[in-house]
Amino acid sequence: MTHINISALEVGQEIGSREFLLTRDSLVRYAGASGDFNPIHYRDDFAQSVGLAGVLAHGMLTMGVAVQLAANWVGDSGKVIDYGVRFTKPVFVDAKDGAVVVVSGKVGEIDTENGIVRIDLSVVYNETTVLGKAQAKVRL
Amino acid sequence: MVNPNIEGKKYPATAPYLVGREKIREFAHAVMSTNPVNLDLAAAQSAGYEDLVAPPTFAVVIQERSLTTVLSDPEADIDFSRVVHGDQRFVHVRPIVAGDELTSTLKVASVKSLGGHSMVTFETEIFDVNGELVSTAFSTLVVRGDE
Repeated sequence: MTHINISALEVGQEIGSREFLLTRDSLVRYAGASGDFNPIHYRDDFAQSVGLAGVLAHGMLTMGVAVQLAANWVGDSGKVIDYGVRFTKPVFVDAKDGAVVVVSGKVGEIDTENGIVRIDLSVVYNETTVLGKAQAKVRL
Repeated sequence: MVNPNIEGKKYPATAPYLVGREKIREFAHAVMSTNPVNLDLAAAQSAGYEDLVAPPTFAVVIQERSLTTVLSDPEADIDFSRVVHGDQRFVHVRPIVAGDELTSTLKVASVKSLGGHSMVTFETEIFDVNGELVSTAFSTLVVRGDE
């Protein structure tokens, strides 16, 4: 049971948006929490040695942050039953200013029979979409 | 280049991973979750769960344990320093909760070559202690060819 009435939803309806500030601190925290200690996510010299402009966010951090919009919309993250993304562009995280990722979502598909709604997420950094085909299916 | 013959190869189950309550909180903070079922035990229980619920992408921690076995498999010949994450998807039968003891098995779903790069898709099935499927994780890694 959720507060959302599936029959009142419309495809294309917006579910809101939220800005997330990713800083170097966020990357270190995610590295520890996830166990992904690839140094391209915390060492500029290493990132540059492999041809990157600088330290970039873990794709999985951006993916994990973006789905919060859908999880909070449905109210219970356990109702997110299917979530996929394509990693299309890197998010470079400035040592001082970090990086702002803007996530917005809309209803992409409604399966009234099974009580499942697909939320299509738009994930933008520096006016560029960084996650392609970011779709979360939630069970209402 | 990735060995195309590993397409279809299956890797054995990983050692059990016990999902800790504080690990879920730690991961939830890291992905900036404010969702009560990830953080507040009473909220999780009143929503019908036995314990804290892991955020939707937490399954990556389990997937990673299976991927490590592939990346260290000489037959696969995957140069980790050339790996870029292409796409990722999780399909959950039920959410992972604290107290779960999880193992995973991995199958190399496909190996493709594209303009000097290799694209390898992995399918990792995550099981609980009763052998019930909890989640399936699909991950495509792009391995850049020699420049």
